[in-house]
Amino acid sequence: MAVIELEDIEKQYVVRTRAGLFRRERQIVQAVSAVNLQVNKGEMVAYVGPNGAGKSSTIKMITGILQPDGGRIQVLGMEPMRQRVQLTRKLGVVFGTRSQLWIDLPLQDSFALLRHLYRVEETRFKRNLDELVDRLDLSTFLDRPVRQLSLGQRMRGELAAAFLHDPDLVVLDEPTVGLDVVAKYAVRSFLADINREYGTTVLLTTHDLDDVEQLCERLVIIDEGRVVLDGSLGDFKARFGFERIVVVDLEAAVEPLEIDGVDVVERNGPRQHLRFDRRERSATDVLAAVAAQHSIRDVSIAEPTIEELIHRFYLE
Amino acid sequence: MTPRLFIEVARRSFRRSSTYRLATASALFTNTVFGFLRASVLLFLANGGDLRGMSESDLVTFAFLSQGFIAVVGIFNSGPLTLGTAIKSGDVVIDLYRPAGLQQWYLAQWVGDAGFQVLARGVLPLLAGALVYELTWPDLLILPTFALSLVLASLLGFALRFLVALSGFWVFDVRGVDAIVTLISGLFAGLVLPLNLFPPALEDVARGLPFSGMIQLPIEIFLGTRSGLETVWALVFQMGWLAALLAVGFGLLRVATRRLVVQGG
Ligand SMILES: Nc1ncnc2c1ncn2[C@@H]1O[C@H](COP(=O)(O)OP(=O)(O)OP(=O)(O)O)[C@@H](O)[C@H]1O
Ligand SMILES: [Mg+2]
Repeated sequence: MAVIELEDIEKQYVVRTRAGLFRRERQIVQAVSAVNLQVNKGEMVAYVGPNGAGKSSTIKMITGILQPDGGRIQVLGMEPMRQRVQLTRKLGVVFGTRSQLWIDLPLQDSFALLRHLYRVEETRFKRNLDELVDRLDLSTFLDRPVRQLSLGQRMRGELAAAFLHDPDLVVLDEPTVGLDVVAKYAVRSFLADINREYGTTVLLTTHDLDDVEQLCERLVIIDEGRVVLDGSLGDFKARFGFERIVVVDLEAAVEPLEIDGVDVVERNGPRQHLRFDRRERSATDVLAAVAAQHSIRDVSIAEPTIEELIHRFYLE
Repeated sequence: MTPRLFIEVARRSFRRSSTYRLATASALFTNTVFGFLRASVLLFLANGGDLRGMSESDLVTFAFLSQGFIAVVGIFNSGPLTLGTAIKSGDVVIDLYRPAGLQQWYLAQWVGDAGFQVLARGVLPLLAGALVYELTWPDLLILPTFALSLVLASLLGFALRFLVALSGFWVFDVRGVDAIVTLISGLFAGLVLPLNLFPPALEDVARGLPFSGMIQLPIEIFLGTRSGLETVWALVFQMGWLAALLAVGFGLLRVATRRLVVQGG
């Protein structure tokens, strides 16, 4: 069953810029063009793309708070814009940069209010809350005012708040932004567990490749308002992730290394960033070539970030 | 929104307001000091006699009681009604993802906060004034009517500030709108001067505007300067404006959320 169905969705913004004291210029920004997307029940989909690609706009249209200029949307069998309030009962939403918690009150006060807001039956609410407190490890700060929580703690609180009413669909807009490695791990494993155990459909946007890697089978890439790829992360990397970067720290700062099939993309004192295609050369092979010319102090190998891959992908 | 949810939201808002102790204390102090200032200005104007039908104790009572109204009816700011800034920052999306009407949601918060403000900042300026001046105390029988009028005054304040907040959907500068409304409502509610001290033509205008229902009318009920019929009229007047302003707010909210553009990603 399709939980989200987008057909040829379009969105333009009219931006007025000042062009002189009294003159204003009207400019049209095409934020989303002809987006088609179908997400089925139980799927966990990463919606990624560079800044300004149209991710948040798409999410706003899916959740019924932004009117598309064209196309058809169905979410959980409803028309989001027309049935917004009805839809919110089955929807959980998390923003990395916004909060639905009462900042001056203890965390548990916000939770208790959600029971009344979503009219969750008392025993079920208690069961859900206990489970969420346990999974997200909230017990130590449940009675602390939200404003005193660290970002990671608050984010765990936000997640719990979004899941308390057993939503059928959860939409997360950059839920891991600004979190440290430990907090990111907590968020990811929570989402993965819930999705696996309850079959909750999850759509998330992120700029963190690790989120995608650890969470989502399916990757949808949007750039300049268009879906440019819809498939698995594995496919994507197999098709476009040929590139490797080796960072070498040499004994001394030297001229850019000259090795066949290798580009020096960055040079910083004794440190050089070498780029090559892993289909043509292996990393050991490249290192051996460097070692033949200079002595190496340290080495690291980097995979390109998703942002770089997308950029590359789009340029091709 | 169910009554239960309304109460739960109001309770939390009450509790939240009660956590701002220092702000409340300093505002209370300011309100009281200004009570004394305004009382002495009015006494100076009265020059030892009555002033347009108000005795000295009426004037002084007006000064202190109206200082207690400021926070309850939201003359100077929108209190917990943060919708205007939420619209500007895009945080309004959080409000829109709630299965509850936005107007009721903020109204419940307003009511909870007003309840706190009555206790924290409503009574003390009056008691402080009573230590120094002779005040006009109401007939106990009129107190329930005064209480009703006070509730209506606070709700009127909400209805008005809700419109200000909604302007954020169309106007770039909500703070400007907010400042203008603060100025106008302070003047026409009777905070600067009781309306009966206005030039007669201006008083007539002021008495037709909703602001008069926020301070002037409830205080007249308190002071007992209105006859029975006039009191009923005052309540009807407050209710009429309240219904009208709430309805306009509701309508505008619908228009806004239908063709909404939420700021920020
Ligand atoms: N309210 C708005 N008014 C005008 N233009 C807007 C508005 N919101 C978004 N845009 C424009 O639409 C395009 C898509 O924005 P959107 O917020 O959907 O991007 P995004 O993919 O979420 O980006 P990010 O990764 O930076 O959050 C951008 O060019 C942006 O400038
Ligand atoms: Mg965004």
